[in-house]
Amino acid sequence: MKICVLMKQVPDNDSAIILSNDSSSIKLNDITWCTNESDTYALEEALLMKEAHGGEVVACSFGRESSQQVIKDALAKGADRGLYISEEESDGFDILSTAKIFTQALKDENFDLIFSGLQSNDSGNAQLGLLLAEMLNMSHAALVMGTEVLNDTRIKVKQELEGGWFQWTELDLPASITIQSGLNKPRYASLRGIMMMKKKPIDIFDSSQIDSTGSKNKIFLDKMYIPQKVKETTFIEGTPDEIASKLGDLMINDIKVF
Amino acid sequence: MNIFVFIQKDNGTINRNSLEALAGAQQFARATDAQVSAVCFGEVNDQLTEYDIQQVLSISDPGLNSYNPQLYCEAFNQVISAHHPDMVIFGHTYQTRDWVPRLSAKLDIPFVSDCIRIQNQNGLILTRQIYQGKINTDLKVEGSVLVSIQSGAYRLDSIVSGNTSVQQFEVNLDSVKCTVHPGEKFQESKGSVDLSRAKIIVAVGRGIGKEENMPIAKELAEVLGAELGSSRPVVDYGWLPHEHQVGSSGQTVSPKLYLALGISGAIQHQVGMKGSSNIVAINKDGNAPIFEIADYGIVADLFEIVPKITQTLKDHKG
Ligand SMILES: Cc1cc2nc3c(=O)[nH]c(=O)nc-3n(C[C@H](O)[C@H](O)[C@H](O)COP(=O)(O)OP(=O)(O)OC[C@H]3O[C@@H](n4cnc5c(N)ncnc54)[C@H](O)[C@@H]3O)c2cc1C
Repeated sequence: MKICVLMKQVPDNDSAIILSNDSSSIKLNDITWCTNESDTYALEEALLMKEAHGGEVVACSFGRESSQQVIKDALAKGADRGLYISEEESDGFDILSTAKIFTQALKDENFDLIFSGLQSNDSGNAQLGLLLAEMLNMSHAALVMGTEVLNDTRIKVKQELEGGWFQWTELDLPASITIQSGLNKPRYASLRGIMMMKKKPIDIFDSSQIDSTGSKNKIFLDKMYIPQKVKETTFIEGTPDEIASKLGDLMINDIKVF
Repeated sequence: MNIFVFIQKDNGTINRNSLEALAGAQQFARATDAQVSAVCFGEVNDQLTEYDIQQVLSISDPGLNSYNPQLYCEAFNQVISAHHPDMVIFGHTYQTRDWVPRLSAKLDIPFVSDCIRIQNQNGLILTRQIYQGKINTDLKVEGSVLVSIQSGAYRLDSIVSGNTSVQQFEVNLDSVKCTVHPGEKFQESKGSVDLSRAKIIVAVGRGIGKEENMPIAKELAEVLGAELGSSRPVVDYGWLPHEHQVGSSGQTVSPKLYLALGISGAIQHQVGMKGSSNIVAINKDGNAPIFEIADYGIVADLFEIVPKITQTLKDHKG
């Protein structure tokens, strides 16, 4: 199996997200970057499949220069090669145009499978892998919680539905699937892996030549802002002891927990 | 402006999110004199003919009787080619997540997913949350657009009743070569925990840090006689079994008291617990979205507060 894993660099959970002065972007200076969480599960699933069935795992990332770190981490965990799609300015709003760039970068690779995390923690479009399925003429499944290779031309996936339900779906290859968190235990890079990483190639695809804006249907950013609170929250303040006693009082006398 | 709303059906019943999307479309239409039509695969539920919409397009084809993303895409492709709606609205269901991106690529029409508002301000403005609910973006549209609406963004009871007519629309799906083969649906064996009946839930999020810290929450649950609930990461990491997960992929709960410890309050978590009578959130980040829906908030390190609360309650019980 020749598997591509799409991986995105996003702010880590503890980074403060602060708007730029003109409210058109966020301030990038103080952000600590990490690999998008569900993408790490996608990589692990690809590595497990390669270990069981042979093949190649290519880690692919698109974005600012520092995104190559995401690829390096994947190489250290066991991916065979990297593909970095360079790009200076993407606002992440127009995911359809972004998918067209990916299509150009991936079309000659003829991957059997494309894995991606189901949604990024920043823009949260939850679409890229599925847009690519149509553009690259692949089958697809979203919200995948398990994979099984049936034969050279077919896989079976377990898809998550709402409220604790699941569904089995079979997919003809090639297929693009988006991976939900929790289906495996993502590995850490070993020391050996980190040494090997330095010898693995990262190809660079220059996206500046590609005109992805051809569609007559477009979306634009109007503005970004901090959401208004809709509900009045009563905040309980004080020292930890004071808070504990006020909250205890609230629970016992007002909410009547006992 | 012509707006189509897709009505998803699950075992014949109209999906709630589709109706919320319809309520949103009606609201937008009243402000702009747009026309709203509903699109429905298979038999039209009587319920649908009692709403104030221009028409219901009913598409009957054996291929659409159960969900298949490629047949759905082609059917909708034919609807859109014939009618050219300016905006098509979906509920942001898991099914929508699965097929509407593919439709977007097929039609070359952008899909703005998981919107919390559609409004008119010198043109269409779509609002969606980014950075996990920490920031909102307003987007403008040129040309046509596909939109999905977040669960709960519009109220079901705001749907306006009225009359409508049903039009049949013929599709031909013969050209589709299906490479996606959906199979049976199933539920994993149910555990012993039924959170939907719990009176008190102590819910643990990623803020608990590591598995070794779980007893801090368990002790509080014990003294309260509460069930333990959790957000998704806690289950993903294997710190609690899946039956404890609250949210869109887990259980929906409505206890008298929901105590959220180190939970940020992502929409997928909120949909499972916002019906609780009293929500108390402890989170060290005062901007966490959980404080959007909490009745009582404590901005603090849970490790400093929770053991003290447990002690306070123990002392009270004597
Ligand atoms: C399709 C789909 C379905 C999903 N289904 C579900 C679902 O069913 N249920 C669900 O919960 N999620 C679900 N999610 C995931 C959801 O989007 C969030 O990622 C998840 O709810 C986050 O969990 P969390 O709040 O525990 O973690 P985080 O978002 O990481 O939040 C941790 C919080 O803990 C706080 N914190 C950290 N340390 C401390 C401390 N010492 N004291 C106090 N506070 C602290 C932080 O400030 C932060 O707010 C789903 C996602 C998708 C895309």
